[in-house]
Amino acid sequence: MAATDSPKAPLVKPKSNTAPIADADTIAIRNHATSAVSIYGRGDKIRIKSVRDKKLRANLRSLEAKTKEATIRAKNAEILLENNAGLLEPEHALERTYKVRQDEIRQDVGVETAKKGFELRLESFGPYDVCEYTRNGRELLIAGRKGHVACMDWRDGKLGCELQLNETIRDAKWLHNNQTFAVAQKKSVYIYARDGVEIHQLKSHVEATHLEFLPYHFLLASVSIAGVLRYTDTSTGQSLSSIPTHLGQPTSLCQNPHNAILHVGHQKGTVTLWSPNTGTPLVKLLPHHGPVRGLAVDRSGRYMVSTGQDRRMSVWDIRMFKELHRHHLRLPGSTISISDRNLTAVGWGTQVSVFKPDIFTHAPESVDNSMLTIPEPYMNWGGDGQTISTVKFCPFEDILGISHNRGFSSILVPGSGEPNPDSLEAGTNPFETPKQRRETEIHSLLEKIQPEMININPNFVGNLDLASEEQRKRERAENMRPEDKVAEMKKKGRGRNSALRRHLRKNGQKNVIDETKVRAREALKNRDKREIEKVKKLRTEYGPALERFARKGL
Amino acid sequence: MKIKALSRSAASAQAPGSNVAKQSRNLDPNLHPFERAREYTRALNATKLDRMFAQPFLASFEPGHVDGVYSFAKDPESLEHFASGSGDGIVKVWNLTSRQEIWQSQAHENIVKGMSWTRDKKLLTCGSDKTIKLFDPYNSTSKAPPVSTWHGNHAFTSVSHHRSIPSFAAASSNISIYDVTRAAGTPVQTLSWPTAIDTINAVSFNQTETSILASCATDRAVILYDTRTNSPLHRNVLNFACNSISWNPMEAFNFAVACEDHNVYLFDMRKMSRALNVLRGHVAAVMSVEFSPTGEELISGSYDRTVRLWERAKGHSRDIYHTKRMQRVFSVAWSPDNNYVLSGSDDGNVRLWRSQASSRQGVKSFALRQKLQYDDALKERYAHMPEIKRIATHRQIPKQIKKAGEIKNEELKAIKRRDENERRHTKKGKTRRTAERAKMILAREQ
Repeated sequence: MAATDSPKAPLVKPKSNTAPIADADTIAIRNHATSAVSIYGRGDKIRIKSVRDKKLRANLRSLEAKTKEATIRAKNAEILLENNAGLLEPEHALERTYKVRQDEIRQDVGVETAKKGFELRLESFGPYDVCEYTRNGRELLIAGRKGHVACMDWRDGKLGCELQLNETIRDAKWLHNNQTFAVAQKKSVYIYARDGVEIHQLKSHVEATHLEFLPYHFLLASVSIAGVLRYTDTSTGQSLSSIPTHLGQPTSLCQNPHNAILHVGHQKGTVTLWSPNTGTPLVKLLPHHGPVRGLAVDRSGRYMVSTGQDRRMSVWDIRMFKELHRHHLRLPGSTISISDRNLTAVGWGTQVSVFKPDIFTHAPESVDNSMLTIPEPYMNWGGDGQTISTVKFCPFEDILGISHNRGFSSILVPGSGEPNPDSLEAGTNPFETPKQRRETEIHSLLEKIQPEMININPNFVGNLDLASEEQRKRERAENMRPEDKVAEMKKKGRGRNSALRRHLRKNGQKNVIDETKVRAREALKNRDKREIEKVKKLRTEYGPALERFARKGL
Repeated sequence: MKIKALSRSAASAQAPGSNVAKQSRNLDPNLHPFERAREYTRALNATKLDRMFAQPFLASFEPGHVDGVYSFAKDPESLEHFASGSGDGIVKVWNLTSRQEIWQSQAHENIVKGMSWTRDKKLLTCGSDKTIKLFDPYNSTSKAPPVSTWHGNHAFTSVSHHRSIPSFAAASSNISIYDVTRAAGTPVQTLSWPTAIDTINAVSFNQTETSILASCATDRAVILYDTRTNSPLHRNVLNFACNSISWNPMEAFNFAVACEDHNVYLFDMRKMSRALNVLRGHVAAVMSVEFSPTGEELISGSYDRTVRLWERAKGHSRDIYHTKRMQRVFSVAWSPDNNYVLSGSDDGNVRLWRSQASSRQGVKSFALRQKLQYDDALKERYAHMPEIKRIATHRQIPKQIKKAGEIKNEELKAIKRRDENERRHTKKGKTRRTAERAKMILAREQ
């Protein structure tokens, strides 16, 4: 048999003439390349072979080679990253990470890190609704409902300013760096400098309940009690647009850091997505049955997590606009924050739970066959009687800031922070010196993105409009009015074989009556009438001797 | 329980006692959002800056000529010397770096039509007074008499020196090859197309394929000769006469001709049936053209009082230079270091321009160089965006030239329309469209 088989062997030669792939090195290199593309790649490859133009093909080929080289190099540069992410891992099956308490963590980490967990007891100034970190995580802004505002360098414990505004404060936000912050007060939004001096009053932002700042666009956005979304450019001071949502008082607001779209949660359980360029929401989602209490979008702009009064916590894929998973909490979650490494902190009642990134990807396991599914938390905090109002992860640190009715607590959540900041990215350098801050401020102002470029897909800029001529033609044709058949026929010919008459004679059965047929018949009748009148007129014109020469069709 | 939390000390960012902050990079795309929009904004800023810094005019050489500047010659052995010849017969040799005249002489009694440097750093000039003279500007004082003189029967229009051997070609009604060593001798060789008798406008030796010679004449012919076979190779008759010829220094088989019909044509010597490219833009006859030393770009000077810079492979000019006082441009040249261009015009001035209007030649820091390179890449990447394209291509043009351009466009459109109408009313296939790149060729002879 072997002898007969051997001559046939060359016939079943594999099509590709590449080297064998079983080699371990080759496999390793290929895996390296694919992982590089998956992290650092910029979209799909161009199919070069299908390009007809020779010059273009050559250009594209070199461009593709450059892109590939760049991704591999970016991947290789990962060995230069200095820090590793924090972690909290059980060592045997009986340990549970959510049982670890803060004092245990503080004992196990270094002194410097342990100092970062602290508590501010501010019982007399009422519930603290706001805690905000700057984009580099250096400074903290807290604001109480009764009018107490304080900003500080929280690591050094240096107070920037402390204000008693004696007015209701609904929200507060840092602007592009640690020099200014905006506070939504009873009537309007004010901007304060770091030292507490009032710089601006934004009178147009009437009764704002939530604030959001888009750092790359220099846009301060607010939603008001009346449900109006307003944008102001903080670099020029110009008001951009005020868009009524028509959905009542909003209950939550967050931005998608990936594409600068604002997500607004409403009373009826809807979440609407807004850009300053359109008067209507880009997308409407319905994640809840009651008011949407908390909203957060992860750093890559992939997942949105929302909590509502219906105790649900729902995870949405906001590229597909599909609900991925639906979890349940014991009490309605009032606030959410997603860290750089996709840990989700949810404040509910007097408790804070931190969940692993699993809740995005894994379906919840139902407990005792009921419909309620409570995911297992990564960490827990609270239960000491303080009502949680806001949770916020500190960027580039393993810290979660919690503001509650008794003040502010900073807790350690190992593994939450991005370990390696990029010091050349504007505004995200945790060790920024004042000189660097001034420098980056200028640079980021120079490359301020115009609000017209806010879109669901942030990478549409520079793309060619690929709608082909064919498609455009079709659209044009659709927009045009359909041509009037009867009007056309009216113009064509008279007499026995006129277009109208022929249409009536030839088109289908006599007993079927449609609109064109009716109109054609009418047009024919009118024409006949006109002809007869014309003949009559001619007769009188010609006089009795010549009236016999008056006839139709002259 | 294994517990580890992030701890970054301030010393990791800046070593104690040092004033240099450490820069850490993380290339994760999630840390750098809005990549496209920010790149686009940077590209827009770079384009705007580019136009802000565009100041092409550097200087005009003093003291200038009294009459128009009709010819230029760059010394191929030196980066800083060049000669200019004017309508009153005066030849000046200039130093580019000090922008000073180093030598001058009344070379001819009439227009100095052509000049060329020999390989031993002497200057050949020819004029309409039927003489060719050889000067030694570096080793003689101003107004020194010529080293040698050749007399011809007709006015000479152009000279071109051979790359290596001491001989040069001079054009009048035919092309005569002279030997530099035989002073006042008769031509060694005479080249002409058998049927052509008209004046030859320009002649140019190929500096790489050294025995090839190109010429253009008032009878509208562009003729290629080979001195080895002592015979003409190829003759193309165009629709209009050409004024100047320049060989591509990098691709030795390509050359450019400056044509009276406002265009510059690039030809491949090996395939003369159609032009490689047609450079359109001038609104009057192009008087002079030259390739850059890199062979990638061209400069042309025109009767419409402007100088245009072109990229070899593109049809429209990259830039247009003009001043209020510059008159008809008769001669242009590209400096051997590729950074500057020269123009000589009817007003007697020799002007020095930057070849890249917004570039600066001073010493640049590494950071600045990197920034400029990055900006260039961005500009190229987003060049198709309407706003960037608008800013990058916008030029302030003299009113007359703009108007002339509009009128010219209108007329060209009319011609095209007429042709199309004619085509519509003739039998199908009788009148074929000719390619734009072949339109200028009237006849070919070999």
